[in-house]
Amino acid sequence: MDAITVAFAALYQFGDAFAFLVLSACGLAVIFGMMGVINLAHGEFIMCGAYVTVSGANAGLPLPLAILLGALVAAAVGALVERLVVRHLYERPLDTIVATWGLSLIATQGTLIVLGSTMAGIGTPLGSFQIGGYSYSVYRLVLFVMAIVVLAGLYVLFNWTRFGVMARATIQVPHMAAALGVDTRSVYSRTFALGAGLAGLTGGLYAPTMTLVPTMGTTFIMEAFVTVVVGGADVFLGTAPAAVILAIVKSAMTSWQGQLFGQIGLLLAVIVVIRVLPKGISGFLLRERA
Amino acid sequence: MNALSRFFARLEGPQTIGRGPVFWTGFLIVLAGACAYPMFSDGYTVGNTVYFFTWVFMALGLSLIWGYGGSLSFGQTAFFGIAGYSYGVLTLNFGAAYGFTLVAVVIALVIAALAALLLGYFLFFGRISGVFLGIVTLSVTLVLERFMAQTAGPEWAIGKARLNGFNGMSNMPPLTIPWPGGDIVLYPDVQLYYVVLGLLVLVYLGLRILVNSAFGNVLVAIRENPERAEMLGYDIRKFQLGAFVIGAVLAGLSGVLYTSWGQYITPSSMGMTAAALPIVWVAVGGRSDLTATLIGTLVVLAAFQALTIHGAQYALVVMGFLLVLTVLLAPRGIILALAGFLGRLGKSKRGDA
Repeated sequence: MDAITVAFAALYQFGDAFAFLVLSACGLAVIFGMMGVINLAHGEFIMCGAYVTVSGANAGLPLPLAILLGALVAAAVGALVERLVVRHLYERPLDTIVATWGLSLIATQGTLIVLGSTMAGIGTPLGSFQIGGYSYSVYRLVLFVMAIVVLAGLYVLFNWTRFGVMARATIQVPHMAAALGVDTRSVYSRTFALGAGLAGLTGGLYAPTMTLVPTMGTTFIMEAFVTVVVGGADVFLGTAPAAVILAIVKSAMTSWQGQLFGQIGLLLAVIVVIRVLPKGISGFLLRERA
Repeated sequence: MNALSRFFARLEGPQTIGRGPVFWTGFLIVLAGACAYPMFSDGYTVGNTVYFFTWVFMALGLSLIWGYGGSLSFGQTAFFGIAGYSYGVLTLNFGAAYGFTLVAVVIALVIAALAALLLGYFLFFGRISGVFLGIVTLSVTLVLERFMAQTAGPEWAIGKARLNGFNGMSNMPPLTIPWPGGDIVLYPDVQLYYVVLGLLVLVYLGLRILVNSAFGNVLVAIRENPERAEMLGYDIRKFQLGAFVIGAVLAGLSGVLYTSWGQYITPSSMGMTAAALPIVWVAVGGRSDLTATLIGTLVVLAAFQALTIHGAQYALVVMGFLLVLTVLLAPRGIILALAGFLGRLGKSKRGDA
């Protein structure tokens, strides 16, 4: 057990926690950053992506395509939900939370009724490798890389595309953006679909590593909530640094006392952070910059 | 008589619907009906009604925090669970002799209040508002549920009480009132019914006085516009914290009564689904009024149980739809919308005459 082995084990744990936090939270953070609402059905979009991915893989699709399909289906469901429910509640952000909670109940129980209490999963692909007597899953590294790719992709989307410019304008001053000809409703609905799609992507990516049950969304939402609360409204200045800090807390607590204490550590961290930085890390950074 | 009319005056005010002789006559008739009800029913149905009543305390507490104070707390079931488990641990260790169960109730409520005070301090004094308040309280609840669910091993015991993980604790003694000539054990039957009904009336009237007092007016002012309330010189954090603690104690009361009613409590009584249900009751009835919350909660609970006979999963789907539709179509709540409609109807009739 030399220093490199220990360092790699710690780094691996950190990367795993970081990927989980970023991927859990990014869809939620995109929607929160844009509209200031929390989508409580976030976990159910993740569940939707996971179920579609596994069904696709069982039907013979290669896994990457199945994951993409999961993300697309979740995005489509997100667009539908936005059209039917969320669109009518933009003036009332608190009611959006309550309504999306209702949707979450419907989705969880509906899945339970239609598809039963579990679904046959697919094994974790790509096997494992060994360093210093410990074996590590290759797929976990892929998840870490994917978390980075998602962050980079969102950065490109929000900074280098026409949609990104309109979206940032809408975030800053919605009525001014509208006066300049931005169709803010369309920006909102596309952002909601994007957030749902990212949730679906997360579900698809984690589907091979988990048991598929209708309540699997709750596995993710605690981490997603905590990351968004600590991060604040900005995905890049908030979610990413929050995920770094929380991943250190979580991986340290997890390797010390186990999974549950990792979560308790997260929760204590968030309660302390909101006492010190009520607007999250991004709020703090933006105020410093201003 | 003068004292009585002063008492009634304190029960009425701008923050509650229902006033004047007509309302209170109706109230007394309903109360008399509720008192007479066990004579026309069997023990099982009465016990079942008690089960409905136990939840109303939590709903009224949420109405105070959310409907009157405007703070979205999704964590009421955390305090429900904390108090329920505390009651279980205390009574399993010390038994029910000498009226200890009543002491256990008080201690359990104090524990719930302290937990709320601690959490509420960080939330309100950190000036956490709307959306974040909801998700932080919900996160606390979910972590508490997971923590209790993993306490299956024998090392998780407090004194003689095993926490039993996901299966929960059971076989704690029911509430017992010491009485000369033999303790009265309150099994879910007629005696417990009258005790809980009495508590319910006390809490309802007490909350009416509270929301129509200066405290309640400030709370509503904070809901309407926190900055303005603050500019008027009120330390809004203290008022919000106060409402949060009172709401938590009421949720704890529900937890204690539920635990002693069924003599069991499980972690899933705090989880995501359980935490959603109080939101449904309060939102559907009309969160910004105590009477609407009370009626709405009882109606939704009865409907839920009627549906559960055809399958619990379906009932939860219906609850989900009910919540979404209420928010979309009757944001103030169905009972309040109906009351407003009837009120307008009455007024226009009088206008015609």
